[in-house]
Amino acid sequence: MSVSGVIARQFDRATLIAFGCVVVLLLIGAMVEPAFLSPKYLIQQLHTASFLGVVASGVMLVILLGHIDLSIPWTIGVGGMMATGATGFLGPEWGVTLAVPFGVLCGALIGTVNGLGVAYLRAPAMIFTLGMNAVAQGLMVYHTGGFAPQDRATEFMRELAVGHFIPGIPNPLLIWIVLGAAIVFMLNRSVLGRRIYAVGNQERSVFLSGVDTRKVILACFIFSGACAALTGVLLAGWANRSYQAMGDPYLLPTIAAIILGGTNVLGGRGKYVGTIAGVILITILQSMLSVVQPQRYFAQLGVDIPADTFRQVVFGVVIIGMLLIYGRQQLVR
Amino acid sequence: MNVSSEPADLVSRQRYFGWVGRLSAAQRGVLIAMLIFAAMFIVYGWKQAAGLTPNMINTAANKGALLALVAMAQTLPVITRGLDLSVGATFVLANCLASTIVVGGPVATTFGIFGVLLLGLACGAVNGVIIVYGRLQPLIATLATSAAYFGIALAIRPQPGGLVNFELADFMTRSTFAVPHTVLLLLAVVVFIWIPYRRSVLGRAAFAIGSSEQAAYMSGIPINRAKMLAYTLSGLLASIGGILLTALTYSGAAKMSIANEYTLNSIGAVVIGGTSLFGGVGSAVGSIFGAFVMRTVGDLLIVFDINPVLQPLFVGVVLLVAVSLGSLRVLRIKNRLDIYR
Repeated sequence: MSVSGVIARQFDRATLIAFGCVVVLLLIGAMVEPAFLSPKYLIQQLHTASFLGVVASGVMLVILLGHIDLSIPWTIGVGGMMATGATGFLGPEWGVTLAVPFGVLCGALIGTVNGLGVAYLRAPAMIFTLGMNAVAQGLMVYHTGGFAPQDRATEFMRELAVGHFIPGIPNPLLIWIVLGAAIVFMLNRSVLGRRIYAVGNQERSVFLSGVDTRKVILACFIFSGACAALTGVLLAGWANRSYQAMGDPYLLPTIAAIILGGTNVLGGRGKYVGTIAGVILITILQSMLSVVQPQRYFAQLGVDIPADTFRQVVFGVVIIGMLLIYGRQQLVR
Repeated sequence: MNVSSEPADLVSRQRYFGWVGRLSAAQRGVLIAMLIFAAMFIVYGWKQAAGLTPNMINTAANKGALLALVAMAQTLPVITRGLDLSVGATFVLANCLASTIVVGGPVATTFGIFGVLLLGLACGAVNGVIIVYGRLQPLIATLATSAAYFGIALAIRPQPGGLVNFELADFMTRSTFAVPHTVLLLLAVVVFIWIPYRRSVLGRAAFAIGSSEQAAYMSGIPINRAKMLAYTLSGLLASIGGILLTALTYSGAAKMSIANEYTLNSIGAVVIGGTSLFGGVGSAVGSIFGAFVMRTVGDLLIVFDINPVLQPLFVGVVLLVAVSLGSLRVLRIKNRLDIYR
């Protein structure tokens, strides 16, 4: 198959609509505030989007399998808090050097437990990952309550989150690009990628074809945990410290971004390019709501409504509205 | 209506387990949840220095009843093989509205209560319309509506505060002959909402849909109406919980953390109560006991002198153990193909 054919196949209807919405949103924004189309603003948005993009990359694979990972909020927290607190476990010297791998490894461990529960115990992913989320939360609360751990980001983490390895491209964006390219290659060109789609369509047939589907599921959950923890590491570097509940605002946007990008919640269908579109769409939407500030217009009318109301309501309405356009299920017949 | 109650299976189960074997899967789930709760509560009362005083039972019942109502709300969509992630947000929204309009004299309070219940019905109906007629996945649809409902709650009550009719609050927090009034409320909900629903055509249809939507469709079951009713009643039950929260706390607060906590714990309570997340099997009564189990975990930590901040850890472990016990069937399956769907 030709290269252009492969690229064209990545852009399905949902992806095109999502990218179209991004353009429309930017044009509307530009009418209110011309700075919306400046390269500086766009790079800044992509920088913010890359945190969401990294965590969504992992969760997307799990959703492609037909499962879901609800443990991401506290896996993000674990990633950040373990990376900053690594000195407490590995000593002052190794703790600084290995802070980032240590944080990611802890996230991968949570993913491993999730994967074992879902793949080998056949527990429903939703409830199992929910339980792991609570366990991770409990462990982190214990961690901070026990001996006042280090919560400052190391110099390297700081550099990873705000520096520019390649001039003009923030490091998190670079990480997202590399990670995304690897996933696109894996999903389209590797055996594992084909198996992921196949398991999402019908696990039974894949099992009968002689594939140990449990290993595929386990691998995806480990990857999801590692990605979430990496996001936590980047967020800790970004804020220069880690804190509890740092991952809480990420659950809804992550799942929404993946679904808006055209990935089927029941698994088996979805393109990574769609997830990229969904992530950018969600990020721009959130940014615009904080710039446009609709509450000011209502305050002029004498109605005092908190800014968060608009963010939440518009967020919910937009997700439902867009899904009604292209995310509807088949009728039962 | 579940596969495991085929006659041959029933005969062998009766032989090995006596009358327990004759129970349906849902009834066994309720029984197990009841036993776990009883065991936990006995340990709790036994470790308590003062013994089980009516006052203590009242406090425990009040805490449990809030989660029990939200868990019952969660049960109805889960039976249809759906899910409602907006129960927590509806609960908080009802709490915020109740702290604004359930005030004043008896007449105003009554109208206020009706107003909040109507809001709950409306929230549930919106979910239902989006899921049934919009044909969106329940998971993502209710995740999105929960954001919207929470936003509205914030608009009603930007800062925590508000009031509630004092007589109502006083009545709900007291107990008669050591029976807490919150328990009476739960009983009323079971008798006047759950049992009529369970026995109605649409209620039975909900179970059929959960077992196999395709088969239910082929049998001419009113799928759309049954799902609409399940989600709408779910909103109603969550709003009853919201009113109770207002009565117990004398105030309203729009906090995302409360909404999330109740949504997540409600799913845990539903599973512990013997309702299958794969639909078709379940009972709101089981969810009540599931909710009390989840809440007693916290109380047990206190009497055993374990740091209460560890509560999420133990709740999580209870959840994991509950689902892992359910997966013991994997060991009994003879044909490995049956594991895979």
